[in-house]
Amino acid sequence: MEAIAAGPAPAPRNQLLVGTTLASIAMVMLTGGMLAVWAVKRSASIEAGSAWLPGSVTVPEVPTNVMLIAFPALCSFAQWAVWAAKRNDRANTVFALGTTAFVALLIFNAQAFVWNQMGVGVADGAYGSMFYAITGVFGALMIVGILFTAVAAFRYLGGRTRDREILTAHAIFWYAMTVVYSAIWFLVYVAK
Amino acid sequence: MTTIDSAPDAARVAAEPSAGGRFLAAVVDWLTTSDHKKIGRLFIGTGLLGLLATVAVNIFMSVERLDGSGALFDADSFEQLLGSQRVGLIFGTALPLTAGLAIAIVPLQLGARALAFPRLAAAGMYAWLGGFVLSIVALVDNGGFGGGNADMVDLFLAAIGLMALGFSAVGVSLATSVLTTRAPGMTMRRVPFFAFSALVYGIGLVLVMPVLFGAVVYLFVDHRSGAREAFGGNQGIATWAGWVFTQPTSFLFAIPAIGAFADMLPTAFRKRTPMRGVVFAGLALVGVAALAAVTQQLRFDVPWRGSQLYIADGDDFGTKLGDVAPWVFFHLLPVLGAVVVFLVLLLLAKPEKNDDGDTVKPKITPAFLFAFFGFGMVLVGMLGAAIEPIVDLELIDTVFGEASLVYVAYGAVLGVMGGIALWAPKLWGKQLPTAPASLLALGGVGGVVLASFPHYIAGFLGQPAGLEYADGDLQIWNILVLVGHGLFALTVLGFAGLLASTVLGDSDDSIDDPFDGHTIEWATTSPAPAGNFVDVPMITSAEPLLDLKTANDSKAGVS
Repeated sequence: MEAIAAGPAPAPRNQLLVGTTLASIAMVMLTGGMLAVWAVKRSASIEAGSAWLPGSVTVPEVPTNVMLIAFPALCSFAQWAVWAAKRNDRANTVFALGTTAFVALLIFNAQAFVWNQMGVGVADGAYGSMFYAITGVFGALMIVGILFTAVAAFRYLGGRTRDREILTAHAIFWYAMTVVYSAIWFLVYVAK
Repeated sequence: MTTIDSAPDAARVAAEPSAGGRFLAAVVDWLTTSDHKKIGRLFIGTGLLGLLATVAVNIFMSVERLDGSGALFDADSFEQLLGSQRVGLIFGTALPLTAGLAIAIVPLQLGARALAFPRLAAAGMYAWLGGFVLSIVALVDNGGFGGGNADMVDLFLAAIGLMALGFSAVGVSLATSVLTTRAPGMTMRRVPFFAFSALVYGIGLVLVMPVLFGAVVYLFVDHRSGAREAFGGNQGIATWAGWVFTQPTSFLFAIPAIGAFADMLPTAFRKRTPMRGVVFAGLALVGVAALAAVTQQLRFDVPWRGSQLYIADGDDFGTKLGDVAPWVFFHLLPVLGAVVVFLVLLLLAKPEKNDDGDTVKPKITPAFLFAFFGFGMVLVGMLGAAIEPIVDLELIDTVFGEASLVYVAYGAVLGVMGGIALWAPKLWGKQLPTAPASLLALGGVGGVVLASFPHYIAGFLGQPAGLEYADGDLQIWNILVLVGHGLFALTVLGFAGLLASTVLGDSDDSIDDPFDGHTIEWATTSPAPAGNFVDVPMITSAEPLLDLKTANDSKAGVS
C-alpha cells in the first residue's frame, strides 16, 4: 500500500448548514412544482371560459395576509437566536427560539383557520383537491419547521451552547419557508 | 473507589451468544448501520433483486409480444405490465443501483471518514425499499397507471411518493458529502470524476424528486378524495407523473455510471486525464436532463417539415426557435455531455511510448469492459431518445421510446457492475476473477443490444408502444428482444452468483491497489476499515497516488 502523508484534522465545513440549504432547495422545488401545476390548471380553466375559484368560495384575506406579515417576524426571531448565541447570550437565545416556535404555531393556526373558513371541501372538484394538496403540504412543512425549532431549542437547553451551526441552519429553513409561503400567498390567495 | 470483582472481558466470555444470537446481532447491525459501505451494499443488494424482477417483467412482455395478439394477458394486466416495466427500470433498477454504488464509494474517494448524514441515507434506502415493495403489490393488484382497483391506485401513488422522499434524502446526503467531507487539500478541481458525478446526481435528485413528490400529492389527493376532476383519476398518473419514467429524465439516473467510466479511463490507459475541467463540464451537461424533470416535460414533439425546424418563406424564426429550444436544451445538451466524455476517451486511447521507447499498452480489466459497454449503451439510448421526438420520423408512441429507455437503464446497470467489479476489493476485500467477469461483460452488452436495438428497427417499422401489433413481419424483432432480455437475465444472475461466490469464498487475495489506481481510495487497505483511513490523507493533486508512485519510481531510478 502506498502511504500518502497524513493531513491535518479536517476543519468543520458546515455540514448541517449545507444539508439544510439543500433540504430548503428541495422544499422550494416541491412547492414551486406544485404551484406551476396550479398555474397551468388555473389558466386552462380560465381559457375554457369557466371560473377557477368556485363562486361559493371566499378567500379569508385577513389570516392569509397576517401569515405573510408573520413570516418576516418569524425570520427575525430565528436570526435573533443566531445573533444571541454568537454572543453566548443564553437567555436571549432561548427566548428567541421560544418566540420562533410560538409564531410558527400561530401561522399554523391561521392556516387551520383558513381551511375552516374557505367553505370548500377536498372533494369539491379540481379547485378543492388542489387547494388542500398544496396548503396541506405547506402545513406539513410548518410542522417540520416547528419540530426543527424544538430540536434546536432542546439541544441548546441541553448544554450544546457552542453548537451554533444548527441555529443558523434553523434560520435558513425559515427563510426558505418565507419564500415558499410568499409564492403560495401570491398565486393561491391573491391571484386566486 | 469502586472495585470490580471480575474483568469485563471475562464476563463477556461467560455470556458468549449462541450462533442464532450472533446471527441476529449481525442482522441488527446491518439493518441499523450508519457505515456508508454497508448502506451502499444494502442498496446494491436490494437493487439487484429489483433488477431481476424488472428483467422478469421484460421477459413476460417479450413473451406476450411474440405473436402480437396479446393472448396471454387480459387488458388490465397489459396496462400493469407496461407500468411495471417503467417503474422497474427507473425505481427498481437504475436509481437504487447507482445510488448504492455512490453511497458505498464516494466517501472513500473523498478521503472522508464517513458519509454526511449516514442515517438520512439509510432512511432514504428503507423508504425506497418500502415504496418499491408497495408499488409491486399495487401493480400486481391492478393499481398502477390507469389501474382499475381504486385502493391499489392510491397505494401505488403513496409508494411512488415514498420512493421520491427516499431519493430526496439520498440526494441531500450525497451532495453534502461531496461539498463538505473532502480530505484536506482536495479542492473541487481535484475531486475524482465518480465523486463529481455523484455530486451532479445528488443535486439532480434534490431538484427532481421533490417535484415528483408534489405531483404525486396532487394525484393522490385528487384520486383518494373522489374528486378526480383535476387530473383525471387513474388515467392522469401517466400524464402528470409520467415524465420521471421516461427520457430525458432517466439520463440523470445514469450519471454515476458515466462518472465511474470516466474514473476508469486514466487507470486503463495509464495516463493522467487531460482537460479535467472539460470532463467535469461533460458530466454536468448530462445533468441538464434534470431540468426536463423540474419543468415536468413529458413530450418534446419536434416536427421537421412545416414547423419548428424547417424554415419556409414567411415563417417566424423566433417562434420556431422558441418551440424547438426545449428539445435542444433537454435532449441535445446531455448528449453533448456524454460525447465530451467519449472524446476524452479517444484522447486517452491515443498510443504513447514510455521512457524505454515501448508503446504503453492499456490495462483492460473486467471493470473497464463493463463500464465501457455501459457507457456506450447509455450513449446509444440518449441518441435514440434525442431523435424520437422528431415527428416526421413517426417514432412517437412506438416501441422505439421503450428501447431507448432500456438502453439507458440497462447501460447504467452495466456501468454499476463495472463499479462493483472495480471497487470490490475496497468493499469486500476480494477481487472478481478476470475471465468469468470479462465473459459476463460481453454477455451483458450482447443482452442489452439484443434487448433494445431490434425495437429501434421495429419502431422505424411502426410497431406500436403497447404489447400488440398487426404486422407479422415484426415478429422476428420481438423474438430477438426476448433473447436479449433472457441473455441479460443470465448475465445478472451470473454476476450476482460470481460476486456471492467471490465474497463468500475462502480465497484471500486482498490487494490494496490491484489496478494501479490514481485516486486515494486505493491508498487504504482492502477491505477499507471502519472510518476508511487510518489517517486522513493530505491531497496535493487530482491524482495523489499516481504522484506518489511516480515520485517513488524516480527515487528508485536515482538510487
